[in-house]
Amino acid sequence: MLSIKDLHASIEGKEILKGINLEVKPGEVHAIMGPNGSGKSTLASVLAGREDFTVDSGEITFKGNDLLELEADERAKEGVFLAFQYPIEIPGVTTTNFMKTALNKIREHKGLEPLDAVSFLSRMKEKMKLVEIDQTLLSRSLNEGFSGGEKKRNEIFQMAMLEPTLSILDETDSGLDIDALRIVANGVNKLKNEDNATIVVTHYQRLLDYIVPDFVHVLFDGKIVKTGGKELAHKLEEKGYDWIKEEAGVA
Amino acid sequence: MSKLIKEDIDKFFIGQFEAFENSLNGESKKPLHAKRKQAIENFKSDGFPHAKNEEYKYSNIAKTFGKLFNVENLSDDNFSLSLDEATRYFIPELDAIRLVFVNGVLDNKLSDIDTLPKGVHIQVIKTAADDYAEDFEKHFNTHEIEGADNFSELNTAFTKGGVFVKIDANAVVETPIACYYFNDAKNSDVISQPRNLVIAEKNSQASLIESYVTLGENTSFTNAVTEIVVKDDCVFNYYKYQNESNQAIQVGATMVHQLGKSVFNGVTLSLNGAMLRNNLNIAIHKEHSETNMYGLYLLDGKTHVDNHTVVDHKVPNCESNEMYKGILDGQSRGVFNGKIFVRQDAQKTNAFQSNRNVVLSDDAEVDTKPQLEIWADDVQCSHGATVGQLDLDQLFYLRARGIDKQTAKSMLLNAFASDVLSNIKIEAFRTLIENKINERL
Repeated sequence: MLSIKDLHASIEGKEILKGINLEVKPGEVHAIMGPNGSGKSTLASVLAGREDFTVDSGEITFKGNDLLELEADERAKEGVFLAFQYPIEIPGVTTTNFMKTALNKIREHKGLEPLDAVSFLSRMKEKMKLVEIDQTLLSRSLNEGFSGGEKKRNEIFQMAMLEPTLSILDETDSGLDIDALRIVANGVNKLKNEDNATIVVTHYQRLLDYIVPDFVHVLFDGKIVKTGGKELAHKLEEKGYDWIKEEAGVA
Repeated sequence: MSKLIKEDIDKFFIGQFEAFENSLNGESKKPLHAKRKQAIENFKSDGFPHAKNEEYKYSNIAKTFGKLFNVENLSDDNFSLSLDEATRYFIPELDAIRLVFVNGVLDNKLSDIDTLPKGVHIQVIKTAADDYAEDFEKHFNTHEIEGADNFSELNTAFTKGGVFVKIDANAVVETPIACYYFNDAKNSDVISQPRNLVIAEKNSQASLIESYVTLGENTSFTNAVTEIVVKDDCVFNYYKYQNESNQAIQVGATMVHQLGKSVFNGVTLSLNGAMLRNNLNIAIHKEHSETNMYGLYLLDGKTHVDNHTVVDHKVPNCESNEMYKGILDGQSRGVFNGKIFVRQDAQKTNAFQSNRNVVLSDDAEVDTKPQLEIWADDVQCSHGATVGQLDLDQLFYLRARGIDKQTAKSMLLNAFASDVLSNIKIEAFRTLIENKINERL
């Protein structure tokens, strides 16, 4: 589904990603872990099409297409979804209106008719339950005045609404208390099926107790330096990242 | 055609006044004419405001007038506006008391005022000065107000074709009064100087819309004044809408005298013109009143819009809120100057003011100057101004959900404008404005 080959990316002339290789197949959950500043969020942003970053070399193919050729909104239409680490507040745009616009743009791209008001509302209701989010929250301005946990739940709600093929969760666990973490993880797990895939970007192992990865990749200094199964996450939790640095021969 | 300088313009208007005076028969002894004569004398002192005048520093009306206006190609009565044509500029689906002005003069045929709702009186200002002599003596050009200037004097001097509107005490007028000002510049340049007096008697409620249009390619100069007296316990909603031609120069003053326990809501919407200057001057004379001023200017091309507002808190326990927003593209220019006076007696005043701007192009410009002048010590006041670009993080967030750049941009700008537009309480009018904005964005 997703294939990243020797990806180099920089921001304002500073190289952050220094040769990433990654293969993601349908039905898989990949965790990307690593210390602060290793390039985890940059990778998530580059996949979603953020223009602040320059891709210097390498390639990304998604469902057989060159992802780098596509603008951010075209990637979303093809099924890429980024759950933001810091969801943006947009005063004056309600979540409901936002989702209706987004959903219908995606449907238009797929050659489908826009959803009528009744179908849209019933879909909203169904997905709201999934992340235990309240209707009143969704009729308010997008993320404005939301608590950290509400913002993250809103991200997963949007994911549920748009049904992407590739979801990238960028530090969705940061700042979440354990209850909110369970709700978010539960939502993600319910959305999982054999046709979609998830990349979980995280610093800590805790989220991975709930969203169990098939693969764990350790990102360090812009490269994936180690790949393993879910037990690798436990090892990192126990021993920290220093041994990785030593293994990578940089510490 | 040579460019006129300020001195030429002063001379021109003084000459115009002499001709105007000669055209008035049997009015020379009337009180209204005494006011006209006093006004032209006041105007003569310093003439047309020029760039050295601090209040016109960013909007040199004299220069624009001198450049665009051809006094040799001037005619105020060479027009042929039909109802069919005028209808195209009316607010669709709006049930209104319709007043149509052509070149500053009320046109009875195009207006719809034969049957008025109970409690509403409308008359052309010249005859109303006789019929409502007492109201005129009390309220016509009698209240001193901060922000009045030589344009207001010039307008007073040429008082003739505007209207007098009176809302009776306790009347709740649900049908808005819509004034459409047409400048017919199809065949020649046009000057229009409508002058209105509106009196809302105690405990009445009414809404007034003023909409300005110039037809044709020639230059128009509008110098309008609307005085509004809002008496005790009134609720008065005022809307000003400018979607002018590229050759339209406009100075418009709305002067509001607000009495006790009353509410005045003003919304100013500017979309197009050569140079538009809005003076919204409000004096609060009695306690426990509330004043709300909202404005949106959505500009492109070379449109220049200047909003000057004054709120003068003369008495205690009143509240004023002001929010003006601008979206500027092309080579447009927006000027905001908001002044709040809190006089020594005006304790317990709450006054808030903000001006926010989004600049979309490299060549657009905003000059903003929020001002507070506070003489009382127990007050809550705040003011602020921002000028920025479209928020790239917000734009990316929307795009990351599949919304294309154009739609995302339009959503963000609509959201930015929405807290001004939500104050348009007349649905048909709000719909029109929303549609105009969507066309533009």
